[in-house]
Amino acid sequence: MKNLIDFFKSFLLLELLKGMSVTGRYFFARHVTVEYPEEKTPQSFRFRGLHAQRRYPNGEERCIGCKLCEAVCPALAIKIEVAERADGTRRTTQYDIDLVKCIFCGFCEESCPVDAIVETRVYEYHGENRGDLYYTKAMLLANGEKHEAQIAADRAADAKYR
Amino acid sequence: MINIEIDGKQIQTENGSTVIEAAHQAGITIPHFCYHKKLSIAANCRMCLVQVEKAPKPLPACATPVTEGMKVFTRSEQAVKAQKGVMEFLLINHPLDCPICDQGGECMLQDMSVGYGGGHSRYHEEKRMVLAKDIGPLVSAEEMSRCINCTRCVRFGVEIAGQMELGQAFRSEHAEIVSFVSGTVDSELSGNMIDLCPVGALTSKPFRYKARSWELSRRRSVSAHDSLGSGLAVQTKNNQVLRVLPIENEDINECWLSDKDRFAYEGLNTTDRLTKPMIKQDGKWQEVEWQVALEYAANGLRHIANGAGAEQIGALATANSTLEELYLLQKLMRGIGSDNVDFRLRQSDFSGDGKQQGAPWLGMSVADISRADRLLVVGSFLRKDHPLMAARIRRAVRKGAQVNIIHSADDDLLMNVAHKAIVAPDALVETLTQVSKALAAEKQGQSASGDAAAIAKSLASGERVAVLLGNFAQQHPQAAQLQALAQQIAALSNGKFGFLVEAANSVGAHLVHATPGSKGLNAAAMLAKPRKAYVLLNVEPELDSADPQQAVAAMQAADLVVVLSAYKHHATEYADVLLPIAQYTETSGTFVSAEGRVQSFKGAVKPLGEARPAWKVLRVLGNLLKVDGFDQDTSEAVRDEALKGVDVAAGLNNAIGGVEAKALSAAGGLQRVADVPIYSTDAVVRRSAPLQATADAAIPQVRMHGDELKKLGVQSGDVVKVSQGQGSVKLFAVADDKLPKGVARVAAGHTATVALGAMFGTITVERA
Repeated sequence: MKNLIDFFKSFLLLELLKGMSVTGRYFFARHVTVEYPEEKTPQSFRFRGLHAQRRYPNGEERCIGCKLCEAVCPALAIKIEVAERADGTRRTTQYDIDLVKCIFCGFCEESCPVDAIVETRVYEYHGENRGDLYYTKAMLLANGEKHEAQIAADRAADAKYR
Repeated sequence: MINIEIDGKQIQTENGSTVIEAAHQAGITIPHFCYHKKLSIAANCRMCLVQVEKAPKPLPACATPVTEGMKVFTRSEQAVKAQKGVMEFLLINHPLDCPICDQGGECMLQDMSVGYGGGHSRYHEEKRMVLAKDIGPLVSAEEMSRCINCTRCVRFGVEIAGQMELGQAFRSEHAEIVSFVSGTVDSELSGNMIDLCPVGALTSKPFRYKARSWELSRRRSVSAHDSLGSGLAVQTKNNQVLRVLPIENEDINECWLSDKDRFAYEGLNTTDRLTKPMIKQDGKWQEVEWQVALEYAANGLRHIANGAGAEQIGALATANSTLEELYLLQKLMRGIGSDNVDFRLRQSDFSGDGKQQGAPWLGMSVADISRADRLLVVGSFLRKDHPLMAARIRRAVRKGAQVNIIHSADDDLLMNVAHKAIVAPDALVETLTQVSKALAAEKQGQSASGDAAAIAKSLASGERVAVLLGNFAQQHPQAAQLQALAQQIAALSNGKFGFLVEAANSVGAHLVHATPGSKGLNAAAMLAKPRKAYVLLNVEPELDSADPQQAVAAMQAADLVVVLSAYKHHATEYADVLLPIAQYTETSGTFVSAEGRVQSFKGAVKPLGEARPAWKVLRVLGNLLKVDGFDQDTSEAVRDEALKGVDVAAGLNNAIGGVEAKALSAAGGLQRVADVPIYSTDAVVRRSAPLQATADAAIPQVRMHGDELKKLGVQSGDVVKVSQGQGSVKLFAVADDKLPKGVARVAAGHTATVALGAMFGTITVERA
């Protein structure tokens, strides 16, 4: 008797149909897979990606070297040296973030009194050598210049919640 | 005693104390800005408002005396509301620039705002702005908008420093702290205003933007720049000293620090720091390995000891070397058979050697100076040589003590001087003798007239008399006689007498016998009878000796000069080996202060470059010269060995007997009065850029009585030629009618006057 049932199951391709029905159901269901890199997930304006240093619209760098980010960084990824610039203002002579150490917690951004250090939406970057992910002040400022429009828009969107 | 209750806690406190004092005694914090335990009460910040039972309105705790049965509430609804209100008012005009403020992280206003303030401000109008001021190279008044007008700096100037260099001008919203007619703050204690300022209005100029307070690590140390033994908190980052703050000790420096101690650190790592051992070969300096340099030095010394004899080797050290270094130096010299070792480089009278019963010291504790009711200060540039001792005496005078001065210069001590006798150097002994005689006569009920008699009268009327001999008296050619007379005067007035000791470790150097024994030559003799070889520890002979001409001549005539120094300095002209040694912040060591307090400290940073602690260098030299007993592993072991069997308290004794009277050879002409300017006293201070930019570090002038200048046909402000021995220099002449006639005051220890000769003696001034 059991043999008979098995015979009809294979003969009528029941197992196959069962499988196909799952395939068919998902074939017409809403897509959840994101086809990266052709497609990308939507991002929050609070996304915490690659760091950037911002400038004011007049080109002056925002950072005043208060070292609050350095103090708050739980991974000790930030290193800052400060000196008085010729015009008497307090400026950094060195501002490095070791992205290998960074845990992207966003505390630096949160502690910054002048919105100088920010985390952008950029997450597509890599390093080919050991030191490539050690970002210096110049690299961070370049990041800021490149993404300023997006950064500014994101800060504006977040402003009402702060 | 009075019983009061604060926040429900029963407290017994002294009658006459204030609520805030009682609260602090009981460990209850009352927020405050203008109140400071060492300053008078201003009660102008209103932060300490508390509720007092039966008082209709909150009262300022700092200005409310306690009364029996008083009930105080510091955290009641009324008190909290008052404190919040005051805090909001204080922040109305205070810029919220904490992120760039040097005070950020150690700011009273920040702390109080978090602790007692509200969360937000209702003030949206424009803030007041106060213009920046330039008040000198030490204190920065760049950000006067931050000032909350507590007037601590003003009160400090008036009450502690003795001179009102900052004041509050204008009223209410326009009130601001200003110096007089855009003058600078030149007090030798000005750095304390930085500590006192509860906000970031007055900050340290050399430290500006160097680091934030939380990045610094803190190490205990002891001041190497005067004999008080002030406690230092040396703050470092990345193996560099970035700031020095006082460590509070009521018996020594209280909570103050002189500018010399505070800003000397800027001279630690200058460009002329010696970082590698060097030897001179064929007239050229070459950097070599330690081993090479040490063997070169040891071989040279051995060669001279075996050839010309060990007594041809002399060792000179400065008295701000550590106890360990001085101990090993004298041990090394005695080990190779020479007794020529000395540290009293500026002393000119050594006739007291052997008659002096112990190490000369302050003769009392530092705190005793505050308690004295009659003082006689002999031969001291008090304010500049001992800034904090002067501050102590100043406060004693404010409380009613009388201070009398016998000296050859009449600098403004910024305190009320009861009586003074300003006489030429050769009349000091005579004046002291007169005082002594007048005092004896006073005891028998006779009284005379004149300065000496007035001083004697003042001393006779006191209960706790202190007679203090300053640097000038110690360097005087009749120092032993002055000491014997001071002893006599102190005995007649039932007081104590002592020395305002010159350097950080002068007392320690005596304790470890860094002085010649009966066979050896003292510092002056070693230079007067040139030796074939010299070992110099920290010494810059041309600046540290009583007679720079003689010192330089002796160095140039020597076959071998081994220099243990932190700097390259002039030694490159006559030295043969330069051994780089560590600064006092880089090595462990011990200083014995004027009052005999033995204070050890550890290094705060690593030595720069290949520099090594001098005690290690001397130990290796000892090994190379095969002297026994140079196997110590630590500086503590050296210290324990040096002080083994030494009872410090018993070793301190100023008593002197059998001093022979000797007259000064009166050669006619002008007598030189030489002070060592406050920022020229030792190698580190001389290299500290901010200190060298102060008014006190100005190029020395020739100061003479107006009549003397007239005799020369010179106007005040003219350039004159000053000569002594073979050397002469050109300096500005300044009329100073407070000086006695027949003297010319020319500073020593300064590069501008190194060409001159001895600190005492005749000096010629001519029209240039």
